[in-house]
Amino acid sequence: MPMDEIALDHAEADHKPGFFVRWFFSTNHKDIGTMYLLFALVAGIIGYSLSGLIRYELAAPGIGPLTGLMEFFYGYQGDEAIAAAKHFYNVVITYHGLIMIFFMVMPALIGGFGNWFVPLMIGAPDMAFPRMNNISLWLTAAAFILLMVSMFVPGGPQGNGFGGGWVLYPPLSGLKGHPGPAMDLVILSLHTAGIASILGAINFIVTILNMRAPGMTLHKMPLFAWSVLITAALLLLALPVLAGALTMLLTDRNFGSQFFVPEGGGDPIMFQHLFWFFGHPEVYIMILPAFGIISHIVSTFSKKPIFGYLGMAYAMVSIGVIGFIVWAHHMYTVGMNVDLKAYFVAATMVIAVPTGIKIFSWIATMWGGSIDFKVPMLWAIGFIFLFTLGGVTGVVLANAGVDHLLHDTYYVVAHFHYVLSLGAVFGLFAGWYYWFEKMFGVKYNGMLGGLHFWLMFIGSNVLFFPQHFLGMNGMPRRYIDYADGFHTWHFWSSIGYAITLVATVVFFVGLIEAFVRRRKAEANPWGEGATTLEWTLPSPPPFHQFNTLPVVKNEGGH
Amino acid sequence: MKSIFAFSAAILTAGAAYAARPTEGALGTQPAATRIMERVEWFHNGYLLPIITIITIFVLALLLWVMFKYNAKSHPVPRKFSHNTTVEIVWTVVPVLILVAIAGPSFTNLYYQDRAPNLEQVVATGGELRDSGDEAALERFLKNNYPEAAAKGWINIKAQGNQWNWTYSYPDELDGAGFPIEFVSNPIHVGLSTDPVTTEDAPRLLAVDYPMVVPAGRYIRYYTAASDVIHSWTVPSFGIKTDAVPGRLNQGWFLVEEPGVYYGQCSELCGVNHAYMPIEVRVVPEDQYNRWLELMKAGDFDGGRAVVAEIEPLNRETQLASVN
Repeated sequence: MPMDEIALDHAEADHKPGFFVRWFFSTNHKDIGTMYLLFALVAGIIGYSLSGLIRYELAAPGIGPLTGLMEFFYGYQGDEAIAAAKHFYNVVITYHGLIMIFFMVMPALIGGFGNWFVPLMIGAPDMAFPRMNNISLWLTAAAFILLMVSMFVPGGPQGNGFGGGWVLYPPLSGLKGHPGPAMDLVILSLHTAGIASILGAINFIVTILNMRAPGMTLHKMPLFAWSVLITAALLLLALPVLAGALTMLLTDRNFGSQFFVPEGGGDPIMFQHLFWFFGHPEVYIMILPAFGIISHIVSTFSKKPIFGYLGMAYAMVSIGVIGFIVWAHHMYTVGMNVDLKAYFVAATMVIAVPTGIKIFSWIATMWGGSIDFKVPMLWAIGFIFLFTLGGVTGVVLANAGVDHLLHDTYYVVAHFHYVLSLGAVFGLFAGWYYWFEKMFGVKYNGMLGGLHFWLMFIGSNVLFFPQHFLGMNGMPRRYIDYADGFHTWHFWSSIGYAITLVATVVFFVGLIEAFVRRRKAEANPWGEGATTLEWTLPSPPPFHQFNTLPVVKNEGGH
Repeated sequence: MKSIFAFSAAILTAGAAYAARPTEGALGTQPAATRIMERVEWFHNGYLLPIITIITIFVLALLLWVMFKYNAKSHPVPRKFSHNTTVEIVWTVVPVLILVAIAGPSFTNLYYQDRAPNLEQVVATGGELRDSGDEAALERFLKNNYPEAAAKGWINIKAQGNQWNWTYSYPDELDGAGFPIEFVSNPIHVGLSTDPVTTEDAPRLLAVDYPMVVPAGRYIRYYTAASDVIHSWTVPSFGIKTDAVPGRLNQGWFLVEEPGVYYGQCSELCGVNHAYMPIEVRVVPEDQYNRWLELMKAGDFDGGRAVVAEIEPLNRETQLASVN
């Protein structure tokens, strides 16, 4: 490149392109990260509204509110409306799961925070493949549109949309259960989202392995970058298996293959094995980036380096590795050989060890520190406690003998919402309040942030804790109606949802307040504890950063 | 610590007294009706729950302690350590030991419930132990095994899941034409306006028209199958759950000593009426079961249903007499 062109590049380092080019043809990791967050916000509102329908319906026994919806939208009357409501309920739980997993948590944690902060933390000017980054974003958006459309086209014999649960088990997801095009659209949507995630994963792996600043060895790399690296590896290995299973399902449905059709010699259980070979790593894909975020927040607000940095990094590596050999603990009741069950019991419980290392290391990081209870720290401490709670019920469920009782009951629902809704989502909000100023250049109101935390903490516990009792007492999952003995705790669970609804209103009030008031952000609002590279840049960072690469000295990234 | 044990055990069992169906406000499991469930209940309430409660309280206590002791006000200058090999080894090794301690009873329970016992072996071992005069060993053995029942062999029942009811068949009980007893067990309530009024005998979403009937104190081997999509056959108070998968025949076993009505609900999403395909098992004394069988074999399903409408008390003397 001739000298004058290089000079021109530098002169235009902070020149932003016009609106359309900047946001639609974006190759800038920070803009793409912002768009991922915006996307996750929209998808999150939809997914969260669907869970509101679930809790509204289950607040009292009998089929109520959903029947009203069916009367209102489709003009059904009486028992016809009830029949339609039953299918619609299954559709609601299915799309709640799919949206929250594929279009809220993953885009927010990996696409949003990953894109924003992995390059900043490792001292890179951008991602390795900026155009591929753009493709990932828009494929995710396209996938979401496909999924939304599928809700409104014929699914099962009883109505629109696919109502077979996010696990998509055939034969219910096959021609027998859902002959309509809704299921085909779901398959295409997940294929598209999968391609987006695989491209994103390749991008993260290449960026992290090749573009770290001089002096930043892997063992000095910040833990959030570590967590995204491991997450990307899991995505790269797990998603092709899902894609294979989905393709077989697609050909079963459309081209007469019989991979999962027992009448043709196929096996529905084979789908479950393939699905969970992806599905179990998927839960770590959702939680590992949150682990990374929590580590930085705990260290920042304790004003102490991470305790046991290498142990923390390799605990995540081992969680990722073991995550691939425990999948069938989701399938204890399908009729597996008892010795195989025993193996999966043992392998599953092993995961508690690296997880325990992480919990104790966070507490040890706080130990001897000088803790400021700023908003992100509240979320982080909440995360540690609630994730522990969700973790120990995971140890209970790992025991196949007990799982025979609890499988497919509300106990399982409570367990995975503790680790995901109160784990991954608390990690997500922690990261949001931690990096808000850095990303958007304005300060939020700390009191509103704190209020959001406390309402959410109380609400989600009232929402999910009673579900343990329901599960123990035998309440099955995915039921639009329940036997009379289950009323009390379902009612409290719905009260809990109402509290989180108030919390969510406070969240949006805080968001709007911050952008209306436009208080000028500081480069580093958190002080001496915030040691990673993003805090050396102004808030918001320049359009292109690190034109001269930073040199990392001995203190490392942690 | 002991009081925590007692407390957690108490809150789990409270409110669940003597009803094999969901109880309003219950915190724990439905009462155990089989040895399988008794063992699951003990393993969960008496073993796992105390362990996870202590772990959770321990983590909470540590968190509260660091928040209290090391907040910026009371501890303005942070210390700078970031390693301590001893505690790192401790918090790796201790969890491993806890998991090993969990795995022991977990595996014995799993194998007990998952492997149908060899009944000839049960009879033989029971006889040997009785002859040996080792009271303690015999008592231990009789807790988990039922030699008298084993001597009578298995009762085989197949439960086939359909959208949305269960078909029960008794392959060993043939009618005059040589066909096994087979009947469809339909839900009484399907969520529609035509549903009958709920009564104590027919609880909403749990009761069926023709229940599965089994004799008390007999080894039952059940098979699950499905005709359309995947269903799951379960009775929580028995501690069993087995998926009914098209193209497969799964199996499990149970033995209920106490006559009564036990309910379960389909536990694998199977379409619009997933919430409306309950499982009702009527456990009756063996002579009542035999009368039910005769009517069913004669094709008098409603007569059969009437026979088991009231569950007769177990006459332990006649039962024992028939064994001897």
